[in-house]
This record gives sequence, C-alpha cells and structure tokens, in this order.
Amino acid sequence: MDNAQTLLGLLEAAPSHGYDLKGEYDRYFGGQKPLAFGQVYATLARLIRDGLILEAQGGESSGGPDRKSYSVTAAGRVRVREWMFTPDTPEPTLQSNLFAKTVIALLLDEDAASLLDAQRACHQARMRELTRAKRDADLATILTIDHALFHIEADLRWIELTGARLTELRAGVRGA
Amino acid sequence: MSTPDAQGTQPLIRARDLVLNFGQTQALRGISLDVYPGEVLAVMGPSGSGKSTLLHTLAGVLVPDSGTVRIGTRVLGELDQATRDDLRLRECGFVFQSGQLLPDLGALDNVTIPLLLAGVRRREAIDRGRAELDRLGVGQYGARYPAELSGGQAQRVAIARALVTRPRVLFADEPTGALDSLSAETTMVALTDLARADGTAVVLVTHDARTAAYADREIIVRDGRISAGIGVPLVDENPADAGTTAGFSAHPGFSR
Ligand SMILES: Nc1ncnc2c1ncn2[C@@H]1O[C@H](COP(=O)(O)OP(=O)(O)OP(=O)(O)O)[C@@H](O)[C@H]1O
Ligand SMILES: [Mg+2]
Repeated sequence: MDNAQTLLGLLEAAPSHGYDLKGEYDRYFGGQKPLAFGQVYATLARLIRDGLILEAQGGESSGGPDRKSYSVTAAGRVRVREWMFTPDTPEPTLQSNLFAKTVIALLLDEDAASLLDAQRACHQARMRELTRAKRDADLATILTIDHALFHIEADLRWIELTGARLTELRAGVRGA
Repeated sequence: MSTPDAQGTQPLIRARDLVLNFGQTQALRGISLDVYPGEVLAVMGPSGSGKSTLLHTLAGVLVPDSGTVRIGTRVLGELDQATRDDLRLRECGFVFQSGQLLPDLGALDNVTIPLLLAGVRRREAIDRGRAELDRLGVGQYGARYPAELSGGQAQRVAIARALVTRPRVLFADEPTGALDSLSAETTMVALTDLARADGTAVVLVTHDARTAAYADREIIVRDGRISAGIGVPLVDENPADAGTTAGFSAHPGFSR
C-alpha cells in the first residue's frame, strides 16, 4: 500500500504529531506490521519538501517527545483525492492500498462507494481484456490467463463485499 | 451511457429514463442506455437491484411507468400489445438460468417452436433447427428430452432456440447461473461467438464476473439506477493490444 498517501490522508482527517499519527496508522492498517517511527518521520520530511503538509511548533501530543504537529496543505488535499479516486492496476497486492483508500475516504466523508466502483470497473475491464486474449490461444496460455482471472475475480468479490459493508465500516471508523 | 459509436452506427436498443414501480418498490429509477448491433452488454449489480426488471422492460415484457424503449426504429410504448408480441417473437431471443425448455418436447422440437410460431413451414423449421443445434455443438442430442441433458447441454439447446430465428437482440438472464466453470465458459464462448457472427446485440444479466468478461462493456445497476464508475480514467480498453498476452505478463504477480 502507499504509506505516504495514507499518512497524508490521516493528517487531513486530523492534524497531528508524528507519534499520534503512527498510532492512528497502526490502528487501521498496522495489522501484523506496525509502521516504524523512522519511516513515519522520513515520510513526513518528504511530504513537507513536496509542499503537501506544513509543520507547526507546539500543541499537545498524547505521548512521545516530539513538539511538532503536521497539517495538510491545499495541494496535499488535492493529492489525497487524486490517489483515492484513481483505480489501481489489478494485481495481487492491491487489497491493502484499496482498503487504505476506502478507510481514508470514510474518514474524510468522501464517496467511498465511488472509488470502489471505479476500481471494480477497472478490474472488470481487465477481465474482459484477458478473456479476449484467451480466444485462439493455446491451452497453456489459456490456463495461465485463467489463473490471473481467478485472482482478479477474488479481488472483485472483496470489493463487492466491502461495498456492501460500507455503512458498517463507516460506523466503525467514525466511532473508533 | 449513450456512447456514440465510432462508425456512426445507430443503437439497436435505445432506452431513455426508464422508471418502473412494483407498488412501493421502485425497481427502476431512471435508466437510460444504448445497445449497438453486435454488441454484448453485461448488466451487473447486487441482488434485487433491478437487473431482471430492466431486461424485461427492454424486451417489452414489462411496460415502464415512464420512459421509452426503442428497438430499431420502433418505440415499444407506441405499439399495441399484439404488435409488441410479434416484434418480440421475431426480433428477440431469450435465455434464462435454467428450466426454460419445454419438458415434454425433445431438444430439436424445442428449437423449432419459435420458427413454427413465426410461420416457418415445418420442413424448413426442422432443417434450420438441426443446423442451429449443430452450430452449438449439440446436434447429436436432438431427440433427447430436456431431463436427459446435462445443465450445460440444455443451456446450449436453449441458446439454439433463442438464436434460431436470427433475432436482432438476445436477452440473457443469468445464462451460466446453474453451470460449473467449464460449462459456463463453453456456453459463453458459443453464445458470444454466434451472436457476434450474426450481428445480434446481447443484453447479458449476470452476477458472475467471469461471465461478464465475455461482454464488450458492462453497466452496474444499483437501486434501480446505473451506477457510473464516476469520472475517473479507466484502463485502456483498446482491443488492439488486448489480443496479445503482452499486457498480461506486464503484471508479474500473475504470471506463474
Ligand atoms: N413481479 C414483481 N412484483 C413485485 N416486486 C417485484 C417484482 N419483480 C421484482 N420485484 C422487486 O423489484 C426489485 C428488483 O427486482 P429484480 O428482479 O429486477 O432484481 P435483480 O437485480 O434481477 O435481482 P437478482 O440478482 O436477485 O435476480 C426487487 O426489490 C424485487 O423484489
Ligand atoms: Mg434477476
């Protein structure tokens, strides 16, 4: 998944200190693999350099030594939406980035259903392409393509299920 | 949804602002779409979203509360019942999930029925029925009753029956719903190959993404509306580069 965009999205939902930002990230997306502090600060430095966030002194952090808090610029907000509403190329590692986009969209009160639909359309288009490629192909090629088709279909099912559970997920994200 | 065709071809089906209620249930809430000759359009969407209602409305089986359906040059709402039924018999074919063959007739007799109803003489109807069963690879089952056919064979007989009149539109509602993966594939290959060869437009309602992948285009129906995949750029669908596996192996995660 795209950690930089995800952190940017979390910062748009709520400006925060690096320490708290890492906590937010881990809560939604950390799973087995929490984000390292070093990676958070490296990413923040890059986002500042690119003009996507601003750094300010002071404010209360719930823990940790850092005195700086970060908030998103207008350019940062545009970037978040570009990321969110641009479908990803179908591939097996897709799910985590798509999940991140969905959660950030819900946090920002953006149209999560639309981004899932856009991704769906992109997946379905890829399946049409692959299905066309099966025509007149030899059996080995057909079976290879079938493998790809089943993977994309698995993604699609996840997208559908997530779409059907957006209300539930929204409540979870908001209430959390 | 009314993409103008590159060649300037007129749509075969043109539906505008279709609204249809069943009592309190708003099954269609303003659907507009065009289907072009020889095009296979997949209609997807959750259960209860209005897909079958849309199909039946396009076919003139259901009459919308408002909105229009034009097939060719004729507006369904402006025809009387008899003319509409005749149009449906001559220009539309139907395939459903299962159970559509008449159980007391053999496969060949099932296929000849629509021809006989359309006034074709018996000898010719039998010849054309046989040829159609052959075209779908089930010519050897002409004498069998539907109960003696596998699901996939019965489905191909049903497609033969739907296509034997050379309809301008084929309406298919979950045609692979009762089939395993391989029979679903062979059924879809047969259906789309023949429809394309005949220039028949196909409206294909399905839940199944792999079945929908045989279409040229898809729409998603949600709550009686077409859910547009919003204004984002979708992947390039240029068929020119889809015929090769180059794009496919460009995703290393998939190539094993
Ligand atoms: N004859 C009918 N009388 C009353 N309500 C109906 C009738 N036919 C359909 N409906 C309702 O209209 C809505 C759309 O139904 P429709 O059959 O078109 O859905 P669908 O998308 O085809 O669903 P599925 O995927 O389950 O087949 C549903 O809420 C359904 O309950
Ligand atoms: Mg239905």
